[in-house]
This record gives sequence, C-alpha cells and structure tokens, in this order.
Amino acid sequence: MIDIKTIKEGNILVLTVVGDVDASSSIELDTALQSAIESKEEKILVDCKNLNYISSAGLGVFMSYIQDIKDNNIKLVICDLNDKVYNVFEILGLHQLLTLMATNSEAKEYLGEV
Amino acid sequence: MPQKVVIRLSAGFAFIFWLFYLFTDLFLLFSRSTDINSGIHEAVPNLMLNLFITSLYVYFRYKVNRAESVNFTDLLWNIFLTGLLATLASLVLRMFMYMLGSSKLAENIFLIDIIYIINIGLISLFLVAVFAVWKRLILYQKSKFLLKIWTTFEYTLVLSLLFNVLPISLPESYRLYYVVLLVLMGLFLSVNMRWVAYLNFKQKWKSILLIVLVLLYLGYFANSLFNPMNPNVEISNTIWNNVFLLSVITFTFIYALFSLLVILFNLPTSSVFEQKLEEVVNFQKLSQSIQADQSEEQVYQILLDSAVSTVMADAAWVEINNEKGETEFFKFQITPKEISTIKSYIVKNKITGVFDNSTDKSLKLDKHLAKLKGQGFKSILGFDINVQGQKIGSLALLKEVADGFDKDTTNIIKTFVGQAEVSVENYRLLNQAIVNERYKEELKIAQKVQSSLLPDKLDSNADFDVAAFSIAADEVGGDYYDSYRVDENKIAIIIGDVSGKGTSAAFHMSQMKGVFQSLAQMNLSSKEFLSKANTAISNCLEKTSFITATIFIIDQATKSIELSRAGHCPTLYYDKQKKSATYFEEPGLGLGILRNDDFHNYVEINELPYRAGDVVVLYTDGITEAKNRKGDEYGYDRLKDTILANVNENPNLIQKRLIEDLYSFTGTEFIDDDYTILILKFKEETEHK
Repeated sequence: MIDIKTIKEGNILVLTVVGDVDASSSIELDTALQSAIESKEEKILVDCKNLNYISSAGLGVFMSYIQDIKDNNIKLVICDLNDKVYNVFEILGLHQLLTLMATNSEAKEYLGEV
Repeated sequence: MPQKVVIRLSAGFAFIFWLFYLFTDLFLLFSRSTDINSGIHEAVPNLMLNLFITSLYVYFRYKVNRAESVNFTDLLWNIFLTGLLATLASLVLRMFMYMLGSSKLAENIFLIDIIYIINIGLISLFLVAVFAVWKRLILYQKSKFLLKIWTTFEYTLVLSLLFNVLPISLPESYRLYYVVLLVLMGLFLSVNMRWVAYLNFKQKWKSILLIVLVLLYLGYFANSLFNPMNPNVEISNTIWNNVFLLSVITFTFIYALFSLLVILFNLPTSSVFEQKLEEVVNFQKLSQSIQADQSEEQVYQILLDSAVSTVMADAAWVEINNEKGETEFFKFQITPKEISTIKSYIVKNKITGVFDNSTDKSLKLDKHLAKLKGQGFKSILGFDINVQGQKIGSLALLKEVADGFDKDTTNIIKTFVGQAEVSVENYRLLNQAIVNERYKEELKIAQKVQSSLLPDKLDSNADFDVAAFSIAADEVGGDYYDSYRVDENKIAIIIGDVSGKGTSAAFHMSQMKGVFQSLAQMNLSSKEFLSKANTAISNCLEKTSFITATIFIIDQATKSIELSRAGHCPTLYYDKQKKSATYFEEPGLGLGILRNDDFHNYVEINELPYRAGDVVVLYTDGITEAKNRKGDEYGYDRLKDTILANVNENPNLIQKRLIEDLYSFTGTEFIDDDYTILILKFKEETEHK
C-alpha cells in the first residue's frame, strides 16, 4: 500500500512517499522518519507527489516529530501534497506547524537557502 | 409378559408336565401289567414328555437371552453347573440301584421306570440348556442367512417332537432319515465360531476346560441312555424312539467338539489378536483424549504408553518443546543421561532416518548403536511430532534386539503419532477459540460501556432541537459527542474524533468525555475550553495520537453561538435568511498536537447570532471520507447539497436523509470508519407554538 524511497540528494535527505498512508502503513512512514532523524540529517524533504491518501494515523506520525524537529534544529519540508491531502493537513492545523511547499523544486530551494 | 414371569411360569410348567409324564407312564405300565384298560391313550406319556421339553426350551431360551452382556465363559460355566448337577443326580440314582443289588426291589419294573423317567428329565434339562447356549454362541454376530438356516433348523427340530405322538406309526427308516437331516443341518451350523476369536488367552483355556467337562457329561448321558441299567427290563420308551433327544445330543456333541478344536488351534495366535485389539483401543484412547478435557501432557503420555506396548519397546521417550519454550520429557525405562547420550550420538554422527522426515525408517542402525557402549540398545525408531506445521517434539523407541522394528509396527506408530498430533492440534485450537471467545465477550462489554458514554439525548432548549447518531466501524470507536447545560441560558455541545480507530481510540474517547464534563462546568469561553482541554489531554495521549474537536456554546439570552475548532472537520452552517450553507473554516489545531502553552495561539473564537430556521451540521470525517466503489469520497459538496435539499425538515429527518444518501452513495451496507452526525436546528417561528 505504501512505498517509501530514501535518497540522499546533496545535503538533503529525500523521502519519496508513494501510495496510501493508513493505520498499518503509517508504521513504515514512522520508521523511515525516525531513522532519518536519528541519523542526524539536517535537511529532510518528504516528497508526497504520489501520496493519494493519508489517514489520521498517518497525520499522527508527522505530528509526533514536530517537537523532535524543533529540538534538533532539523529542517523538514513536506512538498507536493495534492489538494485532498493538503486539505486534511489544513483542517487539522498541521500546516501551521509543518513546512508545506507546493513543489519539489520550491522545497529544495528553500532547504538550499537555509 | 415380563421375562421374569415367563421364566418362572415355564419352569413351573416343566415340572408339572414332568410329573404328568411320570404318572401317566406309570399308570400305563400298571394297566398293561394287570391287563386293565386304563382309558389312557398310549401316546399320552410322550405328549407329556414333549410338553415338558417344550417348557424347558422356553425356560432356557429366556434364561440365556437375559444375560445382557455376552460373556462366553460365563455361559459355558452355567451349562457346566447344570451338567454337574444333572450328572450328580443321575449318579446318585445309579448308586441307589447298585446298592439294591439283585434284590427283588431292583427287579421292580415300576422302580426302574421311575428312575428311567427321572434320568430322561435330567438329560432333557441338560441338553436343552446346552442347546440354548450353543444357539447363542452360533448366532453371535449373525448374518441374515445364518439366522434363516438356524430358524429352519430349530423348527425342524421342534417338528421332530411329533414323532412320539403320531397316531400312526411310521417306518423305522423315516426316523433315521429325519435324524440324519437334523444332524447334517447341525453340522453345517457348527462351523460358526466367531465368538472364539473374542476370547483372550486366559478365557480360551477356561473355555477348553469347561467344554471338555460338558463333553464328558454328554458322553455319560449318552452312555446311560444307550445302555440302560437293567437291559433285562423292557421299558416303554427308548432313546432310539426319541428323534428329538437323539438329534439334540448329536448336535450338541458335534458343536462342543468343534469348539474345542477351534479354540485349541486358536490358542497360539490369540496373543496377536489381543495385541491388535489393544492397538485399536490405544488408537481410540489417543483420538478421544481431547474430548475428555485432558491436557496435552496426557496425550503425550498415552502416545508413549501405546507405542511402547504396541512394539514392546525396551525403552522409550517423548520429548516435547512446549509452548512456554521448556523441554519436557516423558520417559519409559530410560534415564535423562541415556537420552542425551543417544541424542548427541545421533547428531554427532549425522545418522539420518531417526529424527527427520525420511520415509525409510528401516535403516540399518545396528552398527551405529552397537558402538553405544553400555546402552545395550540395538535398534531405534524415531518420529517427529508436528503440530500446526511446526515441530514440537519427537518420539523415540528403543529395543535391545537388532532389527527390532518392522514396517508394520513402524506404520502403526506413525499412525499413533499422527493421531496424537491431531489431538494436540485440536486441543490448542479449542483453547485459542475459547480465548478468542473471551476477547469477543470483553469487546462486547467495552462496546456497551462505550455506548453508555454517548448521551441518549442531548440537552436542548426552547430555541433549538438536536438529533445525533454515531456508529463505530469496530466494536468500539473514537467518535464522541456530548452536551452540558452550563447555566439557564448556556448549553455547551461538543463533537470530537480520536485519531485511529478501535480500542485505543475508544480509551482516548472516554478520556475526552472526562475532560469535557469537567471543563464544561467552569463556564469558560470556547477558546479557553480548548486550551485547557489540550493541556489535560496532552498528558494522557500517546505520541502519535491526537483528538480533533469543535466546541459550541449556545446562549439563549444573547441568541448567539460561540464556537472554536480544534482541528475538527469544519462545521456546516445553513443561514435561513441568506438561504445558503457555508463551512466555517476558522483556524484551529487538533488537541494533543502541540503539547505546550503555544496552543492557544492557534485557536480562535467564532461568534455569530442565530436565527430561527438556521441549521448547524456537525459530523466526523467518516462522513466526508466515505468512499464508493470507484474510490470517490462523499466529500464536502455532496454533504452540503444533501443538507440544502432537506433543510426544511426536522433534525431527525435531515439526519435520516443524510444517512440514506450516504449509503446509496457508497453502495455498501457497511462503512469502514467511525462516523457521527449531529444536526442542530433552531426552531422556526411556527414551531415555537
């Protein structure tokens, strides 16, 4: 249901999420994010171009790292959310706490500048 | 008539008829010797004899059949006793005559006749008893055909009683033919010896002894019949005239002889038969063990015992790695040290065919085992025990002789192991089923508890009506709604949704209820309420969980609503004046996402006046995210349209229409998410009255 690819592009770690994130597949997302944060990556980009659906459990995963990101001074950007998924982030209010960008290049630019 | 009565009656009749037989015969003898016409027909004594025999026959027939359980040696013992008594009585009479010597009394024809008739009575008694028992033995495990033959034989035999009483005298040869016919039938029937096979070794010896004694009695009686005590005295009846007695004595003798021979020849093989029987019993034990509510250990013990007794092993063990990860041993004449020596030897030398799934178990292991000094075992047979596709242990059988296990016994042990595996598997599955059943019961209780957390009826006042409906995808869910009357004018209403679903969501939902019920009393603003709720709930939520909620405070005094949104689905508000519905998208943040004081920066208060006919629609994302077969979501627009189409109805009907539309959209009978609908409608002017 979900496929997460982790590629290092320069000093940015890019996680490409493909598929649906529901209660069971959110564990994979959690593992991927956790290992990225534990390996002391400073710039993480989560590309959600092919993320079709995210359940509340999936949102819970992103939410649970907000504090860690802040504490470790990590720049985490989520980009290319489709309208539906973006709406879900927005309703919950997560867009206020996470950095969401419209496109991959915009996100990279942002991460590069920082 | 009850059997008991028949038995007593027939015994009484037998005795009466015998007395009649005695007196009529004596009377006839007397009248003959004195040349006085007695007025009694010559055939009367014989008729009485026939009636006597028939009564005896009825007596034994019921007596023998009454023995419910067939115990063959008991049956033989009974006829042995009858025979003993009859022979003893007969011998006493003989002694009596002997003591009389050649006195005048000894010559008395009446005395001789009396003694003869007593003897006939005794012989008949014994013969009929034996006959009844033989019948039972022959008809053991009868077939339809056998039963037919036997019935024919029995009727022919009864018919032979007529010979004595026929008014016309038939040629002597007819009697002989009849006897020959009966004896031939008897011979044919005498090959039925199924009962012999069911005797064990000890019973066979006992039967042989009893049958030999029965044969002796028969011989004695035959002798006394064929050679009367006093040949000089002519007696009205001789055995040669009685077709019945002659046939029965021959038949009983033949069957006794046959039985004796068959039992003798069966003696050497009886141990094999017994062993086979034991195998069947063992097999049955193994397959029944689960039903008797036994534990796994008992199954292994039965397996060990059965295997040992079947192959007559000198030593054996069953090794089981139980579910707790411990290794258990069930041993037979072997020490743990010997087991480990043998096992390590097999592993070290990589001997195959012992504890693996090799099909060939008859490998030459002797040369290996011979090297096991001090063990004394020369052959070994091993089997894996697999349950639910996993090896849980093994069975090993040892013998002190080489080549101790043949293919037959190997197959039997294999079947035993298979049966034990099935038993253990059933036992485990049953236990699992019981545990699952208990969990289900627990969930049902949880469901009941949770449904009691949602109010049956929400608070309302003269200004509005409200309808609410909630359903969980699993037994329990994470959706929540509630209301609280803060004061005479204010009513607080909340709708909430815990992230995830199922049991963990249900726990958080009940926490949320506690938080709402406590904070609502404090008459806070909607924003303060959410801030405090966030603080309270943050302490009890796990890291990845959050709760979304919208809180409403409806004030009748100011005719206004105050609401704040904590990341919950935007409220749909229908404005009657504008005739339009809009979603309130004021900023907000889910509870538990930001677990510090910053939270209040992300929530706002939305305050608006309400007017009659306005409708507030609260819901959880189970509604908007419900999918049809194509994967489309029900969505915000469809929700809005459905509400607009039904906005003039009362809240209950609006809710009903919405649910109907939702299911017709998904096309299923089941929506795989928790969902909740809460419709609040401000009463129109007309409705006020």
